[in-house]
Amino acid sequence: MTETKTSENRPSETHTGVIGRPIDRIDGPLKVTGGATYAYENALEGAAYGYILGAAVAKGRIAEIDTAEAERAPAVLLVMTHRNAPAQPDFGPAVTPTVPEVFTRARPALNSERVRYYDEPVALVVAETFEAARAAAGFIKVRYDEEPGLYDLPGHMADAYAPKRTNAGFETDSMIGDFESAFAAAPVKIDATYRTPFEHHNPMEPHATLAAWSGNELTIHTSAQTLANFRAGIASTLRIPPERVRIVSPFIGGGFGSKLIAHSDTILAALAAQVLQRPVKIALTRQQMFANAGHRAEMIQQVRFGADADGRLTGIAHDVWSAASSFEEYCEQTAVFARSLYVAPNRVTRHRLVPLDINRGEWMRSPGEAPGMLAFECAMDELADRLGLDPIELRIRNEPAQDPERGVPFSTRNLVACMKEGARRFGWERRNPTPGRTREGRKLIGYGMAAAIRPNYIGAATAQVAVDRDARVTARLDMTDIGTGSYTILTQIAADSLGLPISSIKVELGDSRFPRTAGSGGSWGAASAGSALHNACNALKQRILKAAQSSEASPLHGASATEASFANSEVRIGQRSAGLADLIRRIAPDGFEAEGSVAAGATTESYKAYSQHSYGAHFAEVAVDCDTGEIRMRRMLAVMGAGRILNAKTARSQIIGGMTWGIGAALMEQTVLDRRYGHFVNHDLAEYHVPINGDVPEMEVVFLEEHDDKANPLGAKGLGELGVCGAGAAVANAVYNATGVRVREFPITLDKVLPALPVIAI
Amino acid sequence: MQSFTYERAASAEQAAAAVAARPDAKFISGGTNLLDLMKLDIERPAHLVDISRLPLDRIEETAEGGLRVGAQVRNSDLAADPRVRSRYPMLTQALLAGASGQIRNKASTSGNLLQRTRCPYFYDRNMPCNKREPGSGCAALQGFNRMHAVLGASKACIAVHPSDMAVAMAGLDARIETISPGGETRTIPIGDFHQLPEAMPHVETVLGHGEMIAAVTLPPPPAGRQVYRKVRDRASYAFALVSVAAIVEKSGDRIRSARIAMGGVAAKPWRATEAERTLAGAAASDGAFTDAAEAALAGAVGHGGNDFKIPLAKRTMRHTLAAAVESA
Repeated sequence: MTETKTSENRPSETHTGVIGRPIDRIDGPLKVTGGATYAYENALEGAAYGYILGAAVAKGRIAEIDTAEAERAPAVLLVMTHRNAPAQPDFGPAVTPTVPEVFTRARPALNSERVRYYDEPVALVVAETFEAARAAAGFIKVRYDEEPGLYDLPGHMADAYAPKRTNAGFETDSMIGDFESAFAAAPVKIDATYRTPFEHHNPMEPHATLAAWSGNELTIHTSAQTLANFRAGIASTLRIPPERVRIVSPFIGGGFGSKLIAHSDTILAALAAQVLQRPVKIALTRQQMFANAGHRAEMIQQVRFGADADGRLTGIAHDVWSAASSFEEYCEQTAVFARSLYVAPNRVTRHRLVPLDINRGEWMRSPGEAPGMLAFECAMDELADRLGLDPIELRIRNEPAQDPERGVPFSTRNLVACMKEGARRFGWERRNPTPGRTREGRKLIGYGMAAAIRPNYIGAATAQVAVDRDARVTARLDMTDIGTGSYTILTQIAADSLGLPISSIKVELGDSRFPRTAGSGGSWGAASAGSALHNACNALKQRILKAAQSSEASPLHGASATEASFANSEVRIGQRSAGLADLIRRIAPDGFEAEGSVAAGATTESYKAYSQHSYGAHFAEVAVDCDTGEIRMRRMLAVMGAGRILNAKTARSQIIGGMTWGIGAALMEQTVLDRRYGHFVNHDLAEYHVPINGDVPEMEVVFLEEHDDKANPLGAKGLGELGVCGAGAAVANAVYNATGVRVREFPITLDKVLPALPVIAI
Repeated sequence: MQSFTYERAASAEQAAAAVAARPDAKFISGGTNLLDLMKLDIERPAHLVDISRLPLDRIEETAEGGLRVGAQVRNSDLAADPRVRSRYPMLTQALLAGASGQIRNKASTSGNLLQRTRCPYFYDRNMPCNKREPGSGCAALQGFNRMHAVLGASKACIAVHPSDMAVAMAGLDARIETISPGGETRTIPIGDFHQLPEAMPHVETVLGHGEMIAAVTLPPPPAGRQVYRKVRDRASYAFALVSVAAIVEKSGDRIRSARIAMGGVAAKPWRATEAERTLAGAAASDGAFTDAAEAALAGAVGHGGNDFKIPLAKRTMRHTLAAAVESA
């Protein structure tokens, strides 16, 4: 890509060009050969197996629980219920005083006779084998005093309330100007109410833990995105100092936000291991994950646009009502992106929660943008249609010069360039603006597009880096690789900075003994951990240079030139150079060590002074069967402006993964909450549909060349979740273009378009 | 999942006798459905008799010019058999439309016929379900019933049979051969094999306890072009919303005969005999296909979430009949 601004102020130490290269995953061979050990696969002498029994009702109390038969069952070691579980703190209030405490609060399990949601753990059986534990769990008899619960979001809108803040600490509401008056006066209006369903993450690796005590030290092998959160949450629940908890999570089979906090598998494994004084393993079953490992909440979203006849927005309103838990608040920041995306003088965004008797929603890939853009970017398509304006042109006419609500400049913003480049590559000019008119045989063909935006977050992170006498480098940090490529990009960052080959770098992750990072979540892992490692490498280089100049044993002794560089395994100061290994052997046979850190983005001047987001444009083509209404993807394209790309291959993988999530959200993903019983009805992967290979078309991903020097020292921005943002809306808009049917209730299954499809003569 | 004992059968007769000897015994073959159900405590056999290694894995020509498919022929092998592909293409299409490659490699012909419904309330032990626990009620009737039956259902149960293979076999008038514990054999037309729920949805077939399927016989292929069309929520690995198996024989511009079976609409593969009668002798036209589809769904009743299946089934049938006629 050459049309867009190329990088400025590129740091001189990146000249070796390892960053950005599409190198294969460092951990790939281990994963495909079975050499990567996942949490549940860890073998420890004497490990016992736990199986969780979940509640059969969604609200009430346990009146009676008879465990006698289970206790007598073969090979059973322990049956734990609220009657005999070790004491834990009470769960506490629904809202924590500060944002981070959501991640670190105590999450007691088997702590009360209360049942707060369907399938909440009511007993744990631990036995010599998994099979024995599961069989014995079937012998437990529970009698409940069931209470009527609330399970119907649209039915209980009267209970809606405004939370104190949204997820990630954003303001619940924003208001600029006078939207209502502007809307009333607008010559062109859109007022569209969209519904998005409950959804579940379903990483391939279920939530699983092996807990082992050694004296009063607890080691937890688990599948975690954020080790520090797990450590703090477990320590609070067990009422022990965090220093006595070690979390080990080197390989993670996907998380998508469902492994940011410790769930009942972890808490119960730790408690049972304590009681039994032997290691205990617990995994949630796939079915149990639906109730016990977080979800995206059902939402109702009203999007209103007022525009003049030329398509210039005079008012934007995005109101969100979200299902929530009655016992712990989680408010997805669904309308927050709308504060930055398009310009309009009058604007309002609001978030409201409707408490139900369900478990708490959690962070699910692209919290906020994923459901929010599905509604908002479809409503923009409705507006374009109403105006008779091309959807890209409409967006260009509403492109802001600075952040519309914060009033600060953008760090970089290439949304228009993404849309234009995408249109050119996709053949957007072939789209018939009149919907329902393009047919190939008995299929209706449609094109759709949508914008993508995702904020750039930086979390506080520290990295440690050491180089030995053979110039072999070890980097350590408690970062995780949830399948995204952290091992690989961190290796590239260190190799690039130190001028060493990839093979000289060893990156060790996933152990809470290593320096603390922000982990993987919110697309901030690469930028946060990567910046910390970048700074650690800089500190290491300063240390080496200082010693090289001052040590009499150094071949570079006395060199004083200001220009120093590390490249090709050599250190150069001015005109003099030395091999790095040779230099270290001479001046520091034990090698060098250094640390580097980055501060949380929200606290930095750059973050306050600039609006920082990644952007993109999604394009989709669908075919709709006139006879059956079946909607199938034909192709997709994403053009992204997301700062500097650290690895072209892993970055592309993240984006196509996100686009696949977009297909799922638009066309098939939905967990059905039974309004009578309060349980998720389709709680397995046969009935909860995610796109499979046959649903995923040819996908093209293009990254515009970009370097965001306001974001962080690397110039990179959050990328992982950008692929989801707007992808579903592009698909939905393509369905509208194909059929002329605007489905406002996701997912768009065939039954929702079928009644409007023409009966074509045979 | 409860503990169970296991034995590997040495012969068909011995297998039937072994299951007949214990009321809590069951046959197991590929296990692709039974093991899942056992893990969820929905099926709780105390004893399993493994019939997967019995020499019932051959596909043989019959004297009448059809094929006799051994009960232990794997779904993958049946779909790939050149004789099936050329003479019963609808059966291959149906098999390949079902499950995944891995599952088809394990699943047996008899097991496919005997697979149980995917109703999510049947799959959850905490929910009322007359099929799982007779007399407990039907949670699907007023619940999430998008996948459920529009034909032949009862107040006791609205579950559907999930098989694709069985739908094609119903259209082909397959016959099911069984062997009883005493060694007696009998042949059951596939249309009589599965039972509609009525008041006893837990009784799904006419098989007696210990009676084992030995083979499925396909009569000589009927004249006419065969088409299997499955409509589903994603491109693969999803159960049918509706499916239509159609064989249409033309004579000039007229339809001489048609055989039509539907899946995803009832507790059994649903033979659309009214539609077949409508088509016999009719001109091969859009109007005739539409009339046939209307006739096929004339008695259909939706339950809210599955109302769309009625127009969907009609549209799918109309188009499938047209596709069968196109190159008949």
